[in-house]
Amino acid sequence: MIVRVQSEDFDPEQEARALTATGAGARVSFVGTVRDFSAGSQITALDIEHYPRMTEAELTRVAQQAQRTWDLLDVLIVHRYGRLRAGDRIVLVVTWAHHRKAAFRGCEEIIDVLKTRAPFWKKEITEDGATWVSGEIPASLE
Amino acid sequence: MVTVRCFAGVRETLGLSTCTYALEKPMSAQAVLTAVAGERLSALSAPPLVAINMQHSRLENLVCDGDEVAFFPPVSGG
Repeated sequence: MIVRVQSEDFDPEQEARALTATGAGARVSFVGTVRDFSAGSQITALDIEHYPRMTEAELTRVAQQAQRTWDLLDVLIVHRYGRLRAGDRIVLVVTWAHHRKAAFRGCEEIIDVLKTRAPFWKKEITEDGATWVSGEIPASLE
Repeated sequence: MVTVRCFAGVRETLGLSTCTYALEKPMSAQAVLTAVAGERLSALSAPPLVAINMQHSRLENLVCDGDEVAFFPPVSGG
């Protein structure tokens, strides 16, 4: 398993080659990117802040949980922070499994849960000013 | 001594990034927040989320000497 938080861009295909999951019959990748519009305003930049060390710990917990639930052979998560532009890559989630359903569902679960648990915060910069993106509350705390 | 950290909108609203607070005995995260934020607390539009030692927690959970407690808005990664 690889979990990494970085300011630099990443190459999804090159990242996925870093792991070789023996017995895998499926590999699913998800790449999240910066939208160019939000609520009718053009986004000129996105600032992503995070809580160093808790971010990595929480991403690892999310990956481990999905690995147990979907019997994933391996998981890779890369998430960026800092100033990004429209169209830039934000996050990469790759799952390996024996079969496609587990790989798809594991990947979906990781990105869904990550959005409610990993301590990242986005601030959208538009021509009208800067606004924090409304966040989500972990299901366990609702 | 506990380390208190604030992130994103909570940091901006409270004007507080990192500080330390001397605990005489374990107290709730809410009590720590009230102690360090003072009157600025009323400027928060909603109660923040809290993490104690980098684990999601609740404001009523106890903070002990040596802990790190963080306050932040709902998260928006991905």
